Amino acid sequence: MIAGIRIGPGVRLTKMILAALSLCLGIVLGSGALSATASPAPTPTPTSDFTNTLTIGGVLRDGDNVVEGAEVTVEGASGFSEVATSDDTGRWSVIVPEKAEYTVTIDPETLPDGVELRDPDRDTATVSSSEWQTNSITRSFPLGADTRQTTGFFEQFLQRLAAGLNFGLLIALAAIGITLIFGTTGLNNFAHGEMVTFGAIIAWITAVLLGVNIFVAMLIALVLGGVFGYVQDWLLWKPLRRKGVKLVQAMIVSIGLAIALRYTYLFFIDGSTKTMNVGLSDAIVLGPVRITTGSIVSMVISIVALLAVGLFLTRTRVGKATRAVSDNPSLAAASGIDVDRIIRIVWVLAGALAALAGVMLGLYRQVSWDMGFQVLLLMFAAVTLGGLGSAYGALVGSIVVGLFVELSTLIIPADLKYAAALVVLIVVLLVRPQGILGRKERIG
Amino acid sequence: MDWGNIFGNAIGEIISPTTAAYALAAIGLGIHFGYTGLLNFGQAAFLLIGAYAFAIPTLAGAPLIVAVLSAIICSIIFAFILGIPTLRLRADYLAIVTIASAEVVRYIVTTTGLTDVTGAANGLSGFKGTFAAINPIPEGRYGFGPFVYNEYDWWIRIVGWTLVVLASVLVFLLMRSPWGRVVKGIREDEDAVRSLGKNVYSYKMQALVIGGVMGSIAGIIFILPRAVQPANYTTGLTFFIWTIMLLGGAATIFGPIVGAMIFWVVLSLTQGILYGAIEAGILPFIDTTQAGQIRFILVGVALMLLVIFRPQGIFGNKKELSFSV
Amino acid sequence: MSNLDKTSVGEPALTVTHPLVKGEVGPGCAKVDPIVIADSVTRQFGGLKAVDVAHLEIPRGQITALIGPNGAGKTTMFNLLTGFDKPNTGTWEFDGKSLAGVPAFKVARAGMVRTFQLTKSLGRLSVLQNMLLGATGQRGEGLFSSLIKPLWRQQEEENTIRADELLARFKLDAKREDYAASLSGGQRKLLEMARALMSQPELIMLDEPMAGVNPALTQSLLGHIKNLKADGTSVLFVEHDMHMVMHISDWVIVMAEGRVVAEGPPETVMKDPAVIDAYLGAHHDTDLGDLMEDGPNPVLEAERRAREAHPEAASEDDGYAKPEERA
Ligand SMILES: Nc1ncnc2c1ncn2[C@@H]1O[C@H](COP(=O)(O)OP(=O)(O)O)[C@@H](O)[C@H]1O
Ligand SMILES: [Mg+2]
Repeated sequence: MIAGIRIGPGVRLTKMILAALSLCLGIVLGSGALSATASPAPTPTPTSDFTNTLTIGGVLRDGDNVVEGAEVTVEGASGFSEVATSDDTGRWSVIVPEKAEYTVTIDPETLPDGVELRDPDRDTATVSSSEWQTNSITRSFPLGADTRQTTGFFEQFLQRLAAGLNFGLLIALAAIGITLIFGTTGLNNFAHGEMVTFGAIIAWITAVLLGVNIFVAMLIALVLGGVFGYVQDWLLWKPLRRKGVKLVQAMIVSIGLAIALRYTYLFFIDGSTKTMNVGLSDAIVLGPVRITTGSIVSMVISIVALLAVGLFLTRTRVGKATRAVSDNPSLAAASGIDVDRIIRIVWVLAGALAALAGVMLGLYRQVSWDMGFQVLLLMFAAVTLGGLGSAYGALVGSIVVGLFVELSTLIIPADLKYAAALVVLIVVLLVRPQGILGRKERIG
Repeated sequence: MDWGNIFGNAIGEIISPTTAAYALAAIGLGIHFGYTGLLNFGQAAFLLIGAYAFAIPTLAGAPLIVAVLSAIICSIIFAFILGIPTLRLRADYLAIVTIASAEVVRYIVTTTGLTDVTGAANGLSGFKGTFAAINPIPEGRYGFGPFVYNEYDWWIRIVGWTLVVLASVLVFLLMRSPWGRVVKGIREDEDAVRSLGKNVYSYKMQALVIGGVMGSIAGIIFILPRAVQPANYTTGLTFFIWTIMLLGGAATIFGPIVGAMIFWVVLSLTQGILYGAIEAGILPFIDTTQAGQIRFILVGVALMLLVIFRPQGIFGNKKELSFSV
Repeated sequence: MSNLDKTSVGEPALTVTHPLVKGEVGPGCAKVDPIVIADSVTRQFGGLKAVDVAHLEIPRGQITALIGPNGAGKTTMFNLLTGFDKPNTGTWEFDGKSLAGVPAFKVARAGMVRTFQLTKSLGRLSVLQNMLLGATGQRGEGLFSSLIKPLWRQQEEENTIRADELLARFKLDAKREDYAASLSGGQRKLLEMARALMSQPELIMLDEPMAGVNPALTQSLLGHIKNLKADGTSVLFVEHDMHMVMHISDWVIVMAEGRVVAEGPPETVMKDPAVIDAYLGAHHDTDLGDLMEDGPNPVLEAERRAREAHPEAASEDDGYAKPEERA
């Protein structure tokens, strides 16, 4: 009945091309006006095969913990000088113009409290021109814990627990949209990560570039995210449902959309990671746990938003209708529910929630063109763990994934934490193919 | 703008080893999706495994044949690890699990803990010796027009395209046989095939292994002209292979080959034209990095339009649409 | 059936016997020559016990009808017996071999082949390819032997001849080269049945074979089913059309709410109060006088009313498709 089968003969195909293009253009224009003010920071574009970019980079780690926000300067002949900041995985990289000699210097001042260079004299490394056999070169700086502050395993555990809960709630916020869209239309939306990025970029533009208050920026992102969802359904997904496009086909369309959107973002905001410096980074010490105000704000907002969604789904007419459509669209349609309207509402809701999650992910980490795509698989993992199509399942699955991602770093290297969460997904499916809370499908 | 150069480069892509590698990977994906209906979104992992399982033994001093066998065996093992949990799952779960597995292997080869083995983010280089050593072509530059290469570049091209042809013949033989009928039946409705006494799980596994081995051999061809870099094996690679397969037609013999050629020629053309336009000052607002990004935007839009308006691809039969679900 | 010894509806105190049955006729009675024997098979969906069968035997070489209102658990029972679903408890054997826990494809290879209520034709294969897929023991289905055509060419030709015969019998020969997707719903049902017959099963299980088939064709289909019996194949079929059930079945098993509530030869079973209960609900006020030979048959009546009330039940869709099945 839904995304599958309605075959409308008189579909205007050109309208759909225009839809796809204007969708991209909409974003192009939306963020384009502001791109001039964006700082022309170094551009660690993907070192994909096409671009042939040369990069110098590395990962900053203190034991098993990644070091985020440290600044590394790469200088070369003819006055080349670029600064890179390590991201939430500790990674930093600088694109360099030629296969030549460079000096790489880390600024010890920018290291977080409690972390310092193991050998304070070794803050500089060099790259020689004969090393350029590949397009990227790594330099590492051995870091050690500041001996004055050692944290016990239990403290670390609590710290990670808090971080995991925060991250899980963020994933849940974004993943509920995935699960509602899947439930009502059957679509696995691979472009959902780009809705998350969209919110973060909007908030970065309004809060950082335009200096708007972060909460106002959040609201703007929420509203524009809803509009983004609405426009997507209006211009793309509804016409495709009308055309009778099959589910796998629609899924691949969403992949194409994701690629197009992601590189549109990259085109306008370049590849650097952007810090949301909006005054929410003060640390609060709660017993053994150090937590930033940003994290607390983000957790409170996530919980409020999730409760609101829960109440919406269980208490309102539209929410009940949404669940009815998820359960059985043909029956819902037969009992007088306007399925298309419900799907449109679901898209608006999904867009708004994803954008909100994006803003807080930007606060929690940083803003970058592919941040949504980086968490897309975790969102899918969460939704799949919860059983595709179940909103509560998505919540449970998200918390599991969030906790797992953060807690796993107590045992395994931090750069494998996403891998660990995905392994859990595979293992759970091995044991319970229908997910944690999902139902079995029916044969015959 | 130097049109001669732009077109020369674009035409050169037709027989480039990268095109051959993508074509071979797309032929493998065609067995998975086009013929058997498996939603494999982890084809990049097979290329990655082929690349590392070839490069690591070679760098350790193994002869060529051992390195190639290692790539094949590792991809078979990976196909089993991937297949045992996922092939019982519904199609859309399979998509998510395969894409997740591909990311897992990429995270693993990139982790700094394995720098000694995989080179971590730097990847590996210096493994071309064994392959170059059996090159029968005497040193020198050969060819005509835009196709002028040295003996090593010709050697990769000849070997790469020979493998593509062999894979196509294999697909042809398989798909005209009752074996092909069974896997096509599975693509349509696996329960129906099961009810007729066929071991669906085993056939899916066979298809996954065959297409995966092709992917891993594609991974070897892919690295022979360059170094192994983990950043090349993102989900983006998988999606480009999908685009190529759908472009030519998923369940066709020549589709993946022609799809790969078109994909690379068009990418090269757009790059040449955009760069030329920027140099000529026609596009003052963008720089060359951004020009590279425009091409990816175009790939995304092309993928959408292709799937919406010509899901059977260029060679596909209109009736035999590529999507059953 | 004329060979019914003695029966008197409404007086269950009297024992009833039948040549197919060992001992007394009743729900779950033992057969003289059973092909399938199932014991304490249950299948639970959440709080709902979809199947709860204490004992069931299906006679060999006969046409057995499995009837019951929608949701009685007939399809679920088919799924369990053929390995498409796993029961919560239960064992069953086919031809003396235990098949509990055996995967579906091995069940089919053992000679117990089923069709589906929601047709599963392979749309992008031709009708002929659909048929050929049904043949068993094909050498060309092995991965390595498939590459060498001489190894399987001859077998393929023999199978093609057999497929063409069956297609002609089912009046599908004109569609031989068409994609199965281009067939009508009824033709797909026929194709599915013909395809199942390609494997020459010992027991063929048909789930609502007549649903959606052109009435002009049902008559010849009945003929095919009778021919199957003549060839020695046992048939178990689910059907809602009581006329058809009455017309061709040797034995009728009635399910309701997961249980076998009645069994017997067709004329008798239709008059069984348990069956009327099953169709009309326990609190019906049908006069038992209706059960007399000449009165309107209450079961047929109930079926008719049920169909009028829920027209969608007559279509292929059971009405509880879940999102994943809407494709
Ligand atoms: N996969 C399933 N999940 C939940 N309930 C199911 C499933 N399959 C069947 N049922 C339920 O089991 C009961 C029996 O269904 P079914 O065997 O299809 O009945 P019949 O074929 O006799 O009409 C129905 O109530 C149906 O809703
Ligand atoms: Mg049924």
